[in-house]
Amino acid sequence: MKISAAALNVIRRHAAETSPEECCGLLIGRLEDGTSVLEAVPMANVFSENRNRRYRISPDALFRATRDAERRELDVVGFYHSHPDHPALPSETDLAEATFPNYVYLIQSVRSGEPTEITAWRLSDDRSRFVGEIISEDRQQSKLNQVEK
Amino acid sequence: MSTSTNHVQKITVNIPTALRSFTDNARSVQLEGHTVGEVLKQLTGRFPALRQHLYDDGGSLRSFVSIYLGDEDIRHLNRENTVVSHADELSIVPSIAGGGA
Repeated sequence: MKISAAALNVIRRHAAETSPEECCGLLIGRLEDGTSVLEAVPMANVFSENRNRRYRISPDALFRATRDAERRELDVVGFYHSHPDHPALPSETDLAEATFPNYVYLIQSVRSGEPTEITAWRLSDDRSRFVGEIISEDRQQSKLNQVEK
Repeated sequence: MSTSTNHVQKITVNIPTALRSFTDNARSVQLEGHTVGEVLKQLTGRFPALRQHLYDDGGSLRSFVSIYLGDEDIRHLNRENTVVSHADELSIVPSIAGGGA
């Protein structure tokens, strides 16, 4: 999967600001010849308790964000969340709650409030496991973002 | 527009990005049915590979699957028995959750 430097920065900053609670958000981009993430959009963690170890994105918020993305001819292509003081590996909860194959799930680890490693995962078609993905920073998209800003 | 039971109802189902590989890359599909449940049955009948992602082994909609009729989650209506009318739109929206523990 490819991701813009701007999106990676948003995720790192969000994870650090939210620690020791988990952060979560959407990945907006395109799913053509592989996943390309252009933007990361922070969302509220609406899990009612123990937000240090759990997260939830409200379906209503996701529904609205999906419509907004489609108006810009983009799609919700995945999600991110953080694991404060835990490795950036999918937990049993992550697998139990996983939704559909083809979404990318990014996990940002945070150590003592500082963002560390980030990993990408995709649910297998038979729903039995997460398969790791290589993350490559889309330098061309990053340059475009800088020009647009 | 008549919504009598004899009228052919054309309902549009919007497919999320992550499921389009199971619908021949269609962003939306037009189907028939008088309730949300009937329309979804048509959907999984046409695209059987979708079934395991929308329904659990017991045949119930998976807990993370929300279905919207227009702007309304069908959980706030009559769930899968919610009646649909011609030209209504259904959207499949996952509830995203997880965490390190």
